[in-house]
Amino acid sequence: MTHNGIDARLQLTLAAFTLDVDLSLPARGITALFGPSGSGKTTLLRCIAGLERAPGGRLSVKGEVWQHASHFLPTHRRPLAYVFQEASLFAHLDVRQNVDFGLRRVPRAQRRFALDQAIEWLGIGALLARMPATLSGGERQRVAIARALATSPQLLLMDEPLAALDHARKNDILPYLERLHDELDIPVLYVSHSPDEVARLADHMVVLDAGRVIADGALSDVFARADLPLAQSDEASVVLDAAIAQHDSAYHLSRLDFAGGALWVRTSGDPIGKTVRVRILARDVSLTLAPQTGTSILNILPARIVRINPDTNPAQALVWLEAGGPLLCARITRRSADILGLQPGMPVWAQIKSVALLR
Amino acid sequence: MLTDADLAAIWLTLRLASMTTLLLLLIGTPLAWWLARTRSAWKGPVAAIVALPLVLPPTVIGFYLLVTLGPNGAIGQFTQALGLGSLAFTFWGLVVGSVVYSLPFVVQPLQNAFDAIGERPLEVAATLRASPLDTFFSVVVPLARPGFITASILGFAHTVGEFGVVLMIGGNIPGKTQVISVRIYEHVEALEYTQAHWLAGGMLAFSFVVLLALYTFNASGKRR
Repeated sequence: MTHNGIDARLQLTLAAFTLDVDLSLPARGITALFGPSGSGKTTLLRCIAGLERAPGGRLSVKGEVWQHASHFLPTHRRPLAYVFQEASLFAHLDVRQNVDFGLRRVPRAQRRFALDQAIEWLGIGALLARMPATLSGGERQRVAIARALATSPQLLLMDEPLAALDHARKNDILPYLERLHDELDIPVLYVSHSPDEVARLADHMVVLDAGRVIADGALSDVFARADLPLAQSDEASVVLDAAIAQHDSAYHLSRLDFAGGALWVRTSGDPIGKTVRVRILARDVSLTLAPQTGTSILNILPARIVRINPDTNPAQALVWLEAGGPLLCARITRRSADILGLQPGMPVWAQIKSVALLR
Repeated sequence: MLTDADLAAIWLTLRLASMTTLLLLLIGTPLAWWLARTRSAWKGPVAAIVALPLVLPPTVIGFYLLVTLGPNGAIGQFTQALGLGSLAFTFWGLVVGSVVYSLPFVVQPLQNAFDAIGERPLEVAATLRASPLDTFFSVVVPLARPGFITASILGFAHTVGEFGVVLMIGGNIPGKTQVISVRIYEHVEALEYTQAHWLAGGMLAFSFVVLLALYTFNASGKRR
């Protein structure tokens, strides 16, 4: 029953709520733990780290039992790394000593990461002699991530590492996190309440609410689930992975092929053949019964209506569309839906006003 | 200006204060750590006992210590069984008395320093493979350094300044238990005001310099 990833069956009652999860998570890639604040994301992460004790819980990581019955491996003996929301650097150590702190405590034979590599990946080479108090928030968080990686963890836990940063700083750090995603071969659990961050980074997604798991699956599948709070929010969207198929240098556009067709996006500098991820917000998709000519909209895909769901706002409806591959979603007014006589099964044309290239 | 007996008293006082401070750091550090971290019901009673010397008259502490350390006291019987004799009226009796008397002056600054560190650095250290003991020495002690300095200075200075406890359990044996404060008392009794002035003025200057150093250090620590 154990597999190569993470098996966690944990129950813990705290003052205000009860965490009760039974999860089996993949051994590779970034798994987002997503949910509103107070849903138990951080508590779950802390239980996995051993910072919180869930009595009677079971936890195994890559076939190694970390917690079972009376067996509880203390945090410092778990081969994990943890990035906290606030960087929490040691104030009495400079940047190099901070990064070195965990590395020194890992037996040489278990080191798979050179100190220089962690420093280079996070771009902190110029900061090594500085004290934490003199760093900006974004720099501190990069040092904290480098410090975590330097321990060559088997599992990387990240608790909203960007939440304490402003928008510009977030965008500074996201590329580093994407690089981790591409180059690390260990599982990463990434706590976030930002759909945007999750869409950019994660492959797998667990949605928590009031201490329970309400969804668990591949990122694009979870995004396409109409019953989740995610689809009910203003940010209702779908996430697609597509391959760059063609560059149109004259117009500075690139064609992305995915199972449901092709999308034109602004050229990003990625080479042909590279897999990229795009996010399409429901509010950027409109529907027509016949293909439009004389429109400025570039991306028009034939699709079939799967279902029509009520939206949070009574004026609107969410129309889920199947376009050969993954689902698309359009947010339109209910009045338009009635005027067009939209029904499940009907063929329509989806006009996509904007496609966000996430990575 | 200073007689041999005066110098002997100064030397004895410095030895006593140094030994007391050293022992207090060894005893006070685990005690303060326990007080800062425990959720035990014993925390309140233990904290109250540690703070007792702050409010009790030194004569009360001295009296009980004299009784306990004396030939018929519990500790006295024990030390005699070990062949050390009674500690009353000896240097080591003074050390024991001073440790008790100055305990809160060491434990409380340490406990405050440990409290101020909070949970997070300990958790971070654990996720970076540091065992609890390792964390204590590599994270807690350096972060609590200002607390250790304050505790050492206060413990030392407070021991130098004690009088009642010393007189009760040590008496007034020159070169053995006669510390500066007792020596001053003797000078005044004998109406040797000039001698008393030298020693009393020295104590005043010493205490002022120590406290000035402490407050300057604390102020610069806060600015950092």
